[in-house]
Amino acid sequence: MPPILQAIHVQKYFGAFHALNDVSLSVSRGEVVCVIGPSGSGKSTLLRCVSQLESIDGGVITIDGEIAGFHLRGESLSPLSDRQIAKQRQRVGMVFQRFNLFPHRSVLQNLLEGPVRVQKRPVEECRREALALLARVGLAEKADAYPNELSGGQQQRVAIARALAMHPQILLFDEPTSALDPELVGEVLSVMKELALSGMTMIVVTHEIAFCREVADRVVFMDAGAIIAAGTPDDMIVRPQNPRVANFISAVL
Amino acid sequence: MQDLAGVDVQKLRIARPVAYRQIFASILLFAVLAFIVHAFWIGAIEWHYVSDYLFSPPILKGVGGTIVMTICAMIVGILLGTIVAIMRMSSNAVLRSAATGYIWLFRGIPALLQLLLWFNLALIFPTISFFGFFPVNTVNVMTPFVAALLGLGIQQGAYTAEVVRGGILSVDRGQVEAAQSIGMTKLRAMLTIVLPQAMRVIVPPIGNETIGMVKLTSLASVIQYSEVLRTVGDVYYANSRVIELLIVAGIWYMVIVTVLSIGQSYIEKYFSRGWGRTPQTRKALSAGPADAVGAA
Repeated sequence: MPPILQAIHVQKYFGAFHALNDVSLSVSRGEVVCVIGPSGSGKSTLLRCVSQLESIDGGVITIDGEIAGFHLRGESLSPLSDRQIAKQRQRVGMVFQRFNLFPHRSVLQNLLEGPVRVQKRPVEECRREALALLARVGLAEKADAYPNELSGGQQQRVAIARALAMHPQILLFDEPTSALDPELVGEVLSVMKELALSGMTMIVVTHEIAFCREVADRVVFMDAGAIIAAGTPDDMIVRPQNPRVANFISAVL
Repeated sequence: MQDLAGVDVQKLRIARPVAYRQIFASILLFAVLAFIVHAFWIGAIEWHYVSDYLFSPPILKGVGGTIVMTICAMIVGILLGTIVAIMRMSSNAVLRSAATGYIWLFRGIPALLQLLLWFNLALIFPTISFFGFFPVNTVNVMTPFVAALLGLGIQQGAYTAEVVRGGILSVDRGQVEAAQSIGMTKLRAMLTIVLPQAMRVIVPPIGNETIGMVKLTSLASVIQYSEVLRTVGDVYYANSRVIELLIVAGIWYMVIVTVLSIGQSYIEKYFSRGWGRTPQTRKALSAGPADAVGAA
């Protein structure tokens, strides 16, 4: 089976700043990849390029074998329309650092917005599924609450359920616990762990090294826009070979 | 340092100082008001004319004309303004410059001049047609109502566009990204996620503009649209009770503006759902006292 995600020689610039420098990464179905590294190393940018919130300046990203954001015409890539890109995005779920729930919609409405309005699936079916997802993240009784009535940890769990409601083929987490009070981090990580065990394909940008060691199939270390090293949690966290990785790990542990 | 020894601190009370300055100011204010009321009372105003004409059919028709024009011009203005605001924030340079040009042009020309231009359109285009089909006489189409609606609505659109743009800018960028991440196009994200949240910021200034529009419709009297100022004018040209009838018009403007202000506060409440409401206050608001005690 082809990998669900392939990034091949990806380049990204913000003005003169080289945000992604020749990044190549391949993720297979059911794999959990954790991306670690110092701030500004391009971890979040990589996720934002995969979810097409940013366009790339070189290389190719494929999702399930299909080129993201472009149509291949002979030797050149012509950009897809806004509508076509929106369709591709449905396969890639995203969980944001700042949750980004829709504050004017109840929790249940947040979950229904995508499946009902975008995917045009039957309302009753989506409703049942959304309530099941809320139960799965432990928030069944909050269906009618508004986001501002929830704690940060609860909001992030709703955000995960909202992404799952779209039936994504891969789920991206952009520092999902960085905006949380320390005592709320655990509840979000345990939902993510349950997801990983259920076979969800995930890329997680995080500073939670313990989570990486426990859950990741593969750990990727980024610095200055490039992937410096990658390997199993044992090779990367328990006994890091690369001196820069070792430095980073000893600094955050 | 003052000595607290021998004072029972628990029995101390905080004294409320007498607000002499406020008392003095309110006496002064009452004096001024009394003087003005007195002046109008002894002035040569025949007050029974005011009460006679307040509910007379021609005046009520004018009031109706003012209300209808305010509503129609604001609908045109809000629709145009929203479209132009979205165009102005588009990534398409052509749409952006068209929107900027529209705002520049119609904010720059006085409303009265725009009304006169539309009303006199027949002078340069005696007939208008749809690419040569369905020709009509401009004079028949450009009635006072249509000319006033176009003039007021289009210039209102230019102002509203900036209000709507401000509202859109107030919504966090993460909201668009979250909407896109669940497969929404930019336009759909704008209409279903961003604009409803922007309304919270947009409604107060739009309310302000609507109240401004109530009074701006008086300009349409110049092009023979029958609104309240024109109808009182028609009456006082006949009976010469100028001040009495202007007071009638003033009363009606105040009534319309008061009703609109009350309506605005209800609309604001509706669009502020999901903001600044804690579970406690929500329960207290929606549930009876027994439930509130149970929840606590």
